Amino acid sequence: MTTVTSETAIRASGLTKSFGDVKAVVGVDIEVPRATVTAILGPNGAGKTTVVRMLTTLLKIDAGTAEVGGVNVAKDPNAARLKIGLTGQDTAVDELLTGRENLILIARLTRLSKQEAIRRADELLTRFDLHEAADRNAGTYSGGMRRRLDLAASMIADPEVLFLDEPTTGLDPRSRIDIWKKIEELVAGGTTVLLTTQYLDEADELADDIVVIDHGTVIARGTSDELKDRVGGQRLEFKVSGPEALDHAAEKLEAQNVEIVGRDEREHRITVALTEGATQVARLIDSLEFEGVKIEEVFVHRPTLDDVFLTLTGQHVATDEEESLS
Amino acid sequence: MSHVFGDTMLLFRRSVTHTFRSPEILVGVTVSPIMFVLIFRYVFGGAIEIAGTSYVNFLMAGIFIQSISFGALTTAMSLAYDFEKGIVERFFTLPMSRPAIVIGRTIADAIRAIFSVFVMVIIGYIVGYRPVGGPLDYLAALGVMVLFSFAISWVGALLAIFIPNPEALQQLSFVIILPLTFVSSAFVDPATMPAGLQAFAENQPVSQAVDAVRSLTTDLPADGSILNSILWSIGILVVAVPTVGWAFRRVGSR
Repeated sequence: MTTVTSETAIRASGLTKSFGDVKAVVGVDIEVPRATVTAILGPNGAGKTTVVRMLTTLLKIDAGTAEVGGVNVAKDPNAARLKIGLTGQDTAVDELLTGRENLILIARLTRLSKQEAIRRADELLTRFDLHEAADRNAGTYSGGMRRRLDLAASMIADPEVLFLDEPTTGLDPRSRIDIWKKIEELVAGGTTVLLTTQYLDEADELADDIVVIDHGTVIARGTSDELKDRVGGQRLEFKVSGPEALDHAAEKLEAQNVEIVGRDEREHRITVALTEGATQVARLIDSLEFEGVKIEEVFVHRPTLDDVFLTLTGQHVATDEEESLS
Repeated sequence: MSHVFGDTMLLFRRSVTHTFRSPEILVGVTVSPIMFVLIFRYVFGGAIEIAGTSYVNFLMAGIFIQSISFGALTTAMSLAYDFEKGIVERFFTLPMSRPAIVIGRTIADAIRAIFSVFVMVIIGYIVGYRPVGGPLDYLAALGVMVLFSFAISWVGALLAIFIPNPEALQQLSFVIILPLTFVSSAFVDPATMPAGLQAFAENQPVSQAVDAVRSLTTDLPADGSILNSILWSIGILVVAVPTVGWAFRRVGSR
């Protein structure tokens, strides 16, 4: 017996999609090894959702090819649908049905028999910590519970590949960590995950590989560590008293060979990349104070998506008006 | 890949469950029709004279069809919410029958509308409604209403597919359904309307359904309205069903 299961769960090359004159996605290649997580990282309107919708048979692929679980998505969408689960950006739960009814309905529509559907729903309710709330209307669920129910619904058919479109957007920090844990468990169980996110820390936490996209094209890819090496470590941000102080501080920082990665004229803020860890913070503050720069506030933070973009493209994340197209 | 029947049943049951769990829909099915019967019976009943029958007897057919027509709104709104919440999209990623999404819902909505008709018959009877006809007439009237109800609910589905935004849809469907139900034979004799309006009022589908049901439940003549109403409903379905099918097939292919 030959096993035809390939080691690559998602293989997409040259994915391209336009909406009228707007090129939403241009020549995106993605390869996701089995039982790993790849994150598509990018701002609103970058084309993340469009990529996911093409891979999940919801949008026609203009050019390029896509295989999910060894099935050509464009040629055999119904066979592909048996391999995939999708948790979209909207929490697709029926608020007038109970959690259990939601799952049984999806299970029946996925061609499970009545008994199988009931058993499967029960299993997933337990696995996603919804057992106690199982017989309450989903309309009474918290945001985190809805997300978990949504995730459970995507797992009904035990899909080989799970697509998660911004799985934690709008969730409180605790629910976010809950969802992360569930995703990690699924991957440990052999599921392949492709997720989109606007948060570098989410990609960092979950993904083996990160694909950074902007304006529909891949601008960087690699492991989290590889990307962070390119972006640099933590950021130190000063707020100073005024425009002159800002110039003064910039001059002094440059004199010390510190890389200035951001400057906000209006708020009189200046951001530098830390290269030597925490002691550098104290040293930089001291030196600026010594030079007579009056520092009003200090923040230390990890690189954000904005920092990634700043480093990779030299531009801030665009507050995109094309968001609705994605 | 034919799971139409099984999937339709599943989604039909979902819609029925919604009815019982959603106060708005329950009110729409019971309280609103009762209100309509009472308001029209007592507010207009004294002012409008109809030759050949009492106003209550004349009115009830109009109220039945008006209430059924508003059912299209329920279909449209529930489907629009399913679109908005991503539920339809989830269905589209399943290996299920897509037409079942609309068929299951429209059947449930048609049954719900007919249930409202029964509620109205009872309330009507209390306030003086005395239909005239034999069992076959009533059965025929029921048939006309079931068919009309099913057809109009597909119109609602069609609206939701092209305007999947519940707020916009609510506004638009009022603009469509209100004139159709009021510029009709539902509450007054169109002969009293200005010429242009009268031509529209006499021939549009709501009036034909009203006239058909009215002729089957009073002594007023049918004047071809029974056949016309059936043709209208079939015509609506012949246009709406393939259009919905086409729109659903387009998902994933554009």
